[in-house]
Order: sequence, then structure tokens, then C-alpha cells
Amino acid sequence: MSIQTALELVLAAVVLGLAAWAVAARETSAAVVGFIAYGLLIALVWVALGAVDVALAEAAIGGGLGGVLLLSAGARLRENEKRAAAERPGAGARLAAAALSAMVAAGLAVAVLRLPTPAPTLAPQAAANAAATGMGNPITNVLMAFRAMDTLLEKFVLLLGLVGVWSLAADRLWGGNPGPRHQADPLGLLAFLARLLAPIGVVVGIYMVWTGADHPGGAFQGGTVLAAMWLLTMMAGLTDTPPVSSLRLRLVLVAGPGVFLVVGLAGLLFGAAFLSYPAAYAKPLIVAIEVAMTLTVAATLTLLSAGAPEQRLER
Amino acid sequence: MSGAVVFGMCGVAVVGLGLYSLITNPHPLRKIIAFNLVGSGAFLIFGAVARRSATTAFSGDPTPRALVITGIVVAFSATALAVALLLRLFDAAGSATLGADAQSSTADDASGR
Repeated sequence: MSIQTALELVLAAVVLGLAAWAVAARETSAAVVGFIAYGLLIALVWVALGAVDVALAEAAIGGGLGGVLLLSAGARLRENEKRAAAERPGAGARLAAAALSAMVAAGLAVAVLRLPTPAPTLAPQAAANAAATGMGNPITNVLMAFRAMDTLLEKFVLLLGLVGVWSLAADRLWGGNPGPRHQADPLGLLAFLARLLAPIGVVVGIYMVWTGADHPGGAFQGGTVLAAMWLLTMMAGLTDTPPVSSLRLRLVLVAGPGVFLVVGLAGLLFGAAFLSYPAAYAKPLIVAIEVAMTLTVAATLTLLSAGAPEQRLER
Repeated sequence: MSGAVVFGMCGVAVVGLGLYSLITNPHPLRKIIAFNLVGSGAFLIFGAVARRSATTAFSGDPTPRALVITGIVVAFSATALAVALLLRLFDAAGSATLGADAQSSTADDASGR
């Protein structure tokens, strides 16, 4: 057994241990912390699988934004713990659930072990057509050009998710700011961290978007880092969420899918098909979409983490 | 044994663990975490499939990886929506459980707001 395989086995064992912890921990807060650690280590697994782009997305969302979302929800639901514990199913039901889960896992294991060899792959085609967009990162090419429809639809899903979250506001709070207003010591550690880290994080986020054309990175990863920085300044009490009735905010939220849709429709009118880019302008068009998309991703992810409007609109 | 097999099997086991927790854990927030575990395991299986085709020229198939990036973002927005629903239920009803007897008390409290 090579050293690489041994390291992979150790990493897989630690990941499985953390997943088991997130399932079995008695306290919800402990389970959430286990799940955050799991998200960070899964990013390492993606590096080991040679997918650095996915690792960046997983670390930023699984370890960062998702952690904030679940931790704050866990804190607010603390009183719920006992009541929920009373509804724990009996030993028979748990045994049946374990048997069912084991059967599903066994079926999946057979499927994974019996995958066809040689493995089918689209990597050569993606590399052969990279010249059409002028970008060297095959994943960005797939996301922005070859399967741009998926990415466009995903933007709409994000927007629908946010509409769903906002619509949960109580009537009297509609139009106000999402989430509670965070109070923190203006001279404390969190405020210091937010002041120190946010400017660096913003630069890193923008760099990730720009470098995504040829190297691991891209609009999602960069946008997620920007979102994390915005959320950090909010949690440190340095700034508040914008009111959901703000027109400027709503323009930013629809900028990404809007620009994407306009470019796609222009392809339908003047080019070969919906979302087809003319070869001469492919790269500038994709960069324009990515810039708009980064702003939208950053704003949408931040507001999804902040939750439904909870502060009255100040007029 | 290659990395694709090791982490593919790891993904399979995570799906199994998540499914068990989704069924048996009564706390709704734990069910949300469990559902995320199931999704994460499925993503890992995608990653293993992408890795199997690795050659000296390519580190793997970019298509499943791009799908996973899209999937991570969609899973996050669905999680945020689920958490917001749960917090609203808790605010309106004073408890957030999925038990049958909890339903009746939620209905009259929620209508007052």
C-alpha cells in the first residue's frame, strides 16, 4: 500500500468519523460543529480528488456560510431540544431505519464498484473546444459555456430561494431588514477581525473571480468569499443588512440572471441558438456575465444566511 | 485501490449515515443536517466518477465537477429556505417538532400574526 493510499484512507476515516459525530451527537450545537468540521475536511477530499474548484466552493459554503446559518439557527432553537428528544422513535423503528440505510448504501456501493472501465469522460472534448471561449479552466468553460443553461437556471433557483425566505416575514415586518441587528463591542475582537479581514477577503474574492478563467476559481467561489466578508462585518455590528424593499438591492439581486438572460436571448436573435456566444466576443461576454453573477451570488448568499426580515422598516 | 474507490466508498457510507439520521432524528434542524449529509455523499460519488477518468493529461472529467459546484450552491439555498421555515414555525408556535400532536397547537398560534 503506497503512502498516498494510506493518507487517503486516513482522510476518509476522519471524514466518516465526523459525519458519524454529526449524526450521533446528543446536543444539536455539537452536531452543527461536527458538520462544519466535516465540510472543511470534505474540501480536502476534493483536493485529493483533483478538483480544486469544487474544494474552494465546498470550503466557502460548507465550512463558512453554511456553518453560520446552522450555528445561529441552532442557538435560536435551543429550547426546542427537549421537546424534540421526546419524539425519538423506538428501538424497532431505529433498527428498521438502520436496515433500510444499510441496504441503500450497499446498493450504491455495488454501483460504485461496478462502474464501467475505461471510464467515460468528456475531458478531451472540453479541452478541444476550450479555444472557442479563450478560457483555460475546463470547469469554468463547462459552467459558463458548454452547460450554461444549468448555471442560468441555478441563478433562478437562488433567487426563488431568497423570495421564499423573505416571504416568511411577518406582515408588519415586510420591507424591513433581514435578521436581527447584531450588537458587538466596537473595540472587541470580532470588530477588529472584521476590520482586518474584510478588505483582504474582498481582494481574495475578486481575485478568485478573475483567475477563474484559467485557474481554479470562478464566480461562485469568489462571490461566496465576498458574501462571507459581508456577513462578517454584519455579525461584528459594523453594518446592517439592507432593507428588502431597497430598489438598489433588488437590482443587484437580478443583475446576474438578468445579464445572463439578455446575452442568451441575443444569442437566439443574432446567433445560432439560445446562450450561444459569437466566437469573437465569447470571452468579454462571459466576463461580463461573471461580474454581474458575482455581485448577485454575493448578495443572494449573504441574504439567504441572514434570513427573513425581522426588523421594522424605518421610514 | 485508487483514490476514486476510497472516496467513492466514503461517499456511499455518508449517504447511509445521513439517511439513517434523516429518518430517526426527531429534531428538525438535525434532519436538515442529515439531508445535507446525504447530498454531500452524493456529490462525493460524483467526484469519484469524475476522478476515475483521470489520465496524465487530465485530472478528471470537468462535467460532473461543474454539476457538483452548481449542486453545492442549490443545496445551500434549499438549506437556507428550510432553516427559515423552521425558525418561522418556532417563532409562531413556540416549538418546532414534526410530531402529530404539535400540529393542532401551531394552527391557532400562527393565525394570530
